[in-house]
Amino acid sequence: MSKGLERRKAILSDPVAQFERAVEIREFENQINALFASGTIRGTTHLCLGQEALVIGMASVLRTDDPVSATYRSHGIALALGITPESAMGEIMGKAIGCCGGLGGSMHLCDIELGLLPTSAIIGGGMPIAAGAALAFQIQGNDRVAVALFGDGATNIGAFHETLNLAAIWKLPVVFICDNNVYAEYSRINLTTPIEDLHIRAESYAMPHFALDGMDIDAVREGVQSAVDRARSGGGPTLIEAKTYRFAGHSRADQALYRPEGELDSWKSRDPLLLLEERVKKSGKMTESEIAEMKVRIAKEIEATVALCQAAPEPTTKTMFENIWSRKVSQ
Amino acid sequence: MPAMRVRQAIATAIADEMRTDPTVIVFGEDIAAAEGPFKTTEGLLEEFGPVRVRDTPISEMAFTGAAVGAATMGMKPVIEIMFIEFLGVALDQLVTEGAKMRYLSNGQLSVPMVVRASVGGGLGFGGQHSQTLENWVAATPGLKVLAPSDAQSAYSLLRAAIQDPDPVMFLESRVTYAERGEVDTNLKMEIGKARVVKPGKDLTIVALGQMTNVARQAAATSGIDIEIIDLCTIVPWDKKTVLESVKKTGRLVVVEEQPESGGWGSEVVAAVVAELFADLKTVPIRITCPNVPVPYNGGLEARFLPNPVEVNYQIDQLMATGKAPQPWWTREGF
Repeated sequence: MSKGLERRKAILSDPVAQFERAVEIREFENQINALFASGTIRGTTHLCLGQEALVIGMASVLRTDDPVSATYRSHGIALALGITPESAMGEIMGKAIGCCGGLGGSMHLCDIELGLLPTSAIIGGGMPIAAGAALAFQIQGNDRVAVALFGDGATNIGAFHETLNLAAIWKLPVVFICDNNVYAEYSRINLTTPIEDLHIRAESYAMPHFALDGMDIDAVREGVQSAVDRARSGGGPTLIEAKTYRFAGHSRADQALYRPEGELDSWKSRDPLLLLEERVKKSGKMTESEIAEMKVRIAKEIEATVALCQAAPEPTTKTMFENIWSRKVSQ
Repeated sequence: MPAMRVRQAIATAIADEMRTDPTVIVFGEDIAAAEGPFKTTEGLLEEFGPVRVRDTPISEMAFTGAAVGAATMGMKPVIEIMFIEFLGVALDQLVTEGAKMRYLSNGQLSVPMVVRASVGGGLGFGGQHSQTLENWVAATPGLKVLAPSDAQSAYSLLRAAIQDPDPVMFLESRVTYAERGEVDTNLKMEIGKARVVKPGKDLTIVALGQMTNVARQAAATSGIDIEIIDLCTIVPWDKKTVLESVKKTGRLVVVEEQPESGGWGSEVVAAVVAELFADLKTVPIRITCPNVPVPYNGGLEARFLPNPVEVNYQIDQLMATGKAPQPWWTREGF
């Protein structure tokens, strides 16, 4: 079994492993943020700080042959699905060891073995693709399910509406998960959208829909599982709205100065990491000191990942001419 | 060999592929029950049923993207964009998603899909249903772009396109749909290979789609011994066949159904100039449409499109002066 598959298996039911993965994502994102700030990494980045419970909860109920079409806010979902930190960070640093050989970058992570389709940097762009994957499964007569993960901003783009309609009319085995983190890029959702509960948009497509608490991993697991079960058993698509909050700005350039005062702090009182920590403490699976040790261990591991990736070789020039067409097309 | 219309050649090619390959599926607007507004999918629903042959909502973005997704998961979708202009609302899915899948998956994914679209003027469909728009898709690494000109090339190239592991844009000249031609269903045509449809020694015409017929008509009444190359594939285009021909004739005329700016013919001219500069007897020229939208009026649309009379005028002037003649709109002061 590959390291990625082992990592995926680990979080399926073990609350300790789920908590650890959340700590890993948090550490990873904080390191990436620092590396961007110091100019070590180029381009842009979109952190998923505060949204860890959603991606881990999703990954823990999906099978590895259930493909996920996600977005440029890709680090968390990739790590949750099992991509190794060196594969993700290597990619973000543009190194050959990265999951896309250093040619994709922060917005384009991918690992087909783990069910992660190339993440799309176009708002809503991955939604029709998830529907198409689901169409393939329906025709092939297997019980695989496709998942689209997208933000609240995507519910205002055509792809969202076209895809929901198509998936509903064809009863496709697909689950649409809207990560409503309150902000679409730099705009608070209420400034761009006349409704608060985005999931009700599925009503006009006669599609089952509901909201869940995206900060609470058990709520995520239960909700996503029910939608996956429906899709797997031929019941068609579901739209889930996970209520989360983006602790960081939209991207590297965004300081998120537009937030109302106190909003971030109020959401931070329900930080998914706090909730996950309480969960393992309450169940007696980890003691205070074990948690403290674990956090130190993971911080060290991520530091080691940074060092490993920084020392890793650059991709060769040849690689930029590969994987464009099925074989080299001379022009 | 059976004679069939271009639209029948297209339906036959899809059906033949569907019989041999159960992963081939077909969807688009009104292509199943109605068999397509141009009857290019005639008989498919009846033979292959509603699981493999589907009508879609009017949602080009969703169904083009669905083709990308299905292709990554082991199917071979053949989708129809009724008029190429409708690709505008779906371009993201083809150019930014589909054509990048192999690259952004580090070679883990293939996207074997065909996007068929009817293109071109001549039928009075007006400014939003008559363009060719090859240049919307020709500058996207990862895509292949084909354009048949007759029944045989429609049949053989479409089969090649469906068998190809990459996303293929298949541009069908709408005006040719009703034209008949003999089709050898055993004849294979390769993506990236042009056809010499008429040999000649004095001048090479490179044409595409319905302009191949215009070139044939021009050559039939010309005093010049013209060689006609039907390019068939725009990406990757067959430089070898074009260069061999121009090396022999020393003269190149490209006939394009597209506004003058940004056409595929510029690529051909640039390559010929770069590689055969010393062999050229006259300057290479392009005969194109003017830089205007496609007019609705029948007389104006006929003027808009390159036609045999203008092609022969341009060729005669070129032969007489050795210089590039002005296009008709410049001659007439527009």
